[in-house]
Amino acid sequence: MSVDKNTVKRVARLARIALPEERLAPMADELNAILKWVEQLNEVDTSKVEPMTSVVKVSLKMRDDVVTDGERAGDVVKNAPLGEDNYFAVPKVVE
Amino acid sequence: MTTAVTAVHTSRADTGPLIEGATGKWEVIVGMEVHAQVLSKAKLFSGASAEFGADPNEHVSFVDAAMPGMLPVINKYCVEQAVKTGLGLKAAINHRSIFDRKNYFYPDLPAGYQISQYKHPVVGEGVVIVDLPGGKSISVGIERLHLEQDAGKSLHDQHPDQSFVDLNRAGVALMEIVSRPDLRSSEEAAAYLKKLRAILRYLGTCDGNMEEGSMRADVNVSVRKPGEPLGTRCEIKNVNSMRFVAQAVDYEARRQIDVIEGGGKINQETRLFDSKKGETRSMRSKEEAHDYRYFPDPDLLPLELEDAWVQRIKGSLPELPDDKKDRFMRDYGLSLYDAGVLISERESADFFEAVAKGRDAKLAANWVINELFGRLNKEDKSIGESPVSAEAMGAIVSLISDGTISGKIAKDVFEIAWSEGGDPAAIVEKRGLKQVTDMGAIEAAVDEVIAANPQKVEQAKAKPTLAGWFVGQVMKATGGKANPQAVNDLVKKKLGV
Repeated sequence: MSVDKNTVKRVARLARIALPEERLAPMADELNAILKWVEQLNEVDTSKVEPMTSVVKVSLKMRDDVVTDGERAGDVVKNAPLGEDNYFAVPKVVE
Repeated sequence: MTTAVTAVHTSRADTGPLIEGATGKWEVIVGMEVHAQVLSKAKLFSGASAEFGADPNEHVSFVDAAMPGMLPVINKYCVEQAVKTGLGLKAAINHRSIFDRKNYFYPDLPAGYQISQYKHPVVGEGVVIVDLPGGKSISVGIERLHLEQDAGKSLHDQHPDQSFVDLNRAGVALMEIVSRPDLRSSEEAAAYLKKLRAILRYLGTCDGNMEEGSMRADVNVSVRKPGEPLGTRCEIKNVNSMRFVAQAVDYEARRQIDVIEGGGKINQETRLFDSKKGETRSMRSKEEAHDYRYFPDPDLLPLELEDAWVQRIKGSLPELPDDKKDRFMRDYGLSLYDAGVLISERESADFFEAVAKGRDAKLAANWVINELFGRLNKEDKSIGESPVSAEAMGAIVSLISDGTISGKIAKDVFEIAWSEGGDPAAIVEKRGLKQVTDMGAIEAAVDEVIAANPQKVEQAKAKPTLAGWFVGQVMKATGGKANPQAVNDLVKKKLGV
């Protein structure tokens, strides 16, 4: 598997990463190098191996249904560049 | 939120009601993705409150605001609610499921991804039985149920060139319940939603409040000529009432038929339902917005459920609508229709059972459905707001059963109990509404009417149906309190008809 310039452009757009035109081809090369390495890893037969989800044997921690947080709107919006009445304000987005 | 995993095959073999087009008959195919907000105190992955209606950003933790370094920890009760719902949908519970990130950018989604489940949902295939008017039942396949986070809310009308974002909803637990495309009309679609809502409310896993948005439906609609493969579908987003679901399906089916018959092609797209105009229209979203690049969330281990825990939840399930309906028909001898009306809400069913306890169940059903529900509907009240309690309703039924009052007088007693309150037996006593069963008194009244109307007597002898007129007169003379059957018998006897 390899990616071309257009795919790189599209993925960058989806990730909202600004990538100037002249960086597209070098980025494609870099990504293809990584993909090639992954392909190499794929040569190992792992069909009988469970995917590893954690380096230590632990299960998903769960919490009880108790309200322990919130009621701190001032802190939540503190770093927002724009806001009003504890709302975040963003450039207008209407579909 | 659109699921990329959408059912493409139907489990229905029969043909639904057809729609007439210029080139022949068409069949409409509907599948639904219902988002149901889990009833819980706290959010799915944070300890902030899930309660509706707080001041902006008050129910937000740093996890919900996606501050750097914050990690999600799952709420066990939300998982339990999802499993419970799955069991209520007679679905397979997956003892191992995975949380994935669904990536897209929108201001009300601070992390830039929604934590959802993609390839491995917590609940697999199930089924919902939907009763249709006219006595027909259909089985609607459930493809899956998965847990995911709700997004925040954007307000666009507060400022000329800014949108305001409130994250109180962000991170609240949702169950997305995906049906197979097994629905064949707007009526079936609305009936399915109604049944699903009833099941969720019986289980207590979602309050089903569509106005507040705790239950909303994305409706997939396509059309085909009967017997042909499924057509291209359009998805109508966020429809928030049963009536709008029906309207949206009807409008969209007709639109698609017109496009195809006009030589056009249906493009798979997302559409909005405009409830004011009763029409759907294209959202014109950018193509690439639909590439969600799902991948397993590295912050969360697989969700593994112990079978003993699942079994415990199974053991705690309440009686569900279908079982209740069967029991009402079996134990109370009710008709399918009556049983169906009574079980549509758990509160209604409980009310009926309190009224019917130790009494004539059919009579109780009649009074609850016709008098009480009729009146509640008229005044737009819920069963919980009924001014007449189950106890009072039961007392009225008892008074009819033991012959203390006639059905007609009972309506007056109900009216008084509704508007003024009070114990029906006391109302009857105080106002002297007791049925006259004293045969001497009834006979006197009958004799009086007969004596006063010799001409009518002659007519009635020739035409026995006129006896009804005498019965009416006697009832009038006794203020409706005479036992109608006794009056009828006496009149016939005296007239010799």
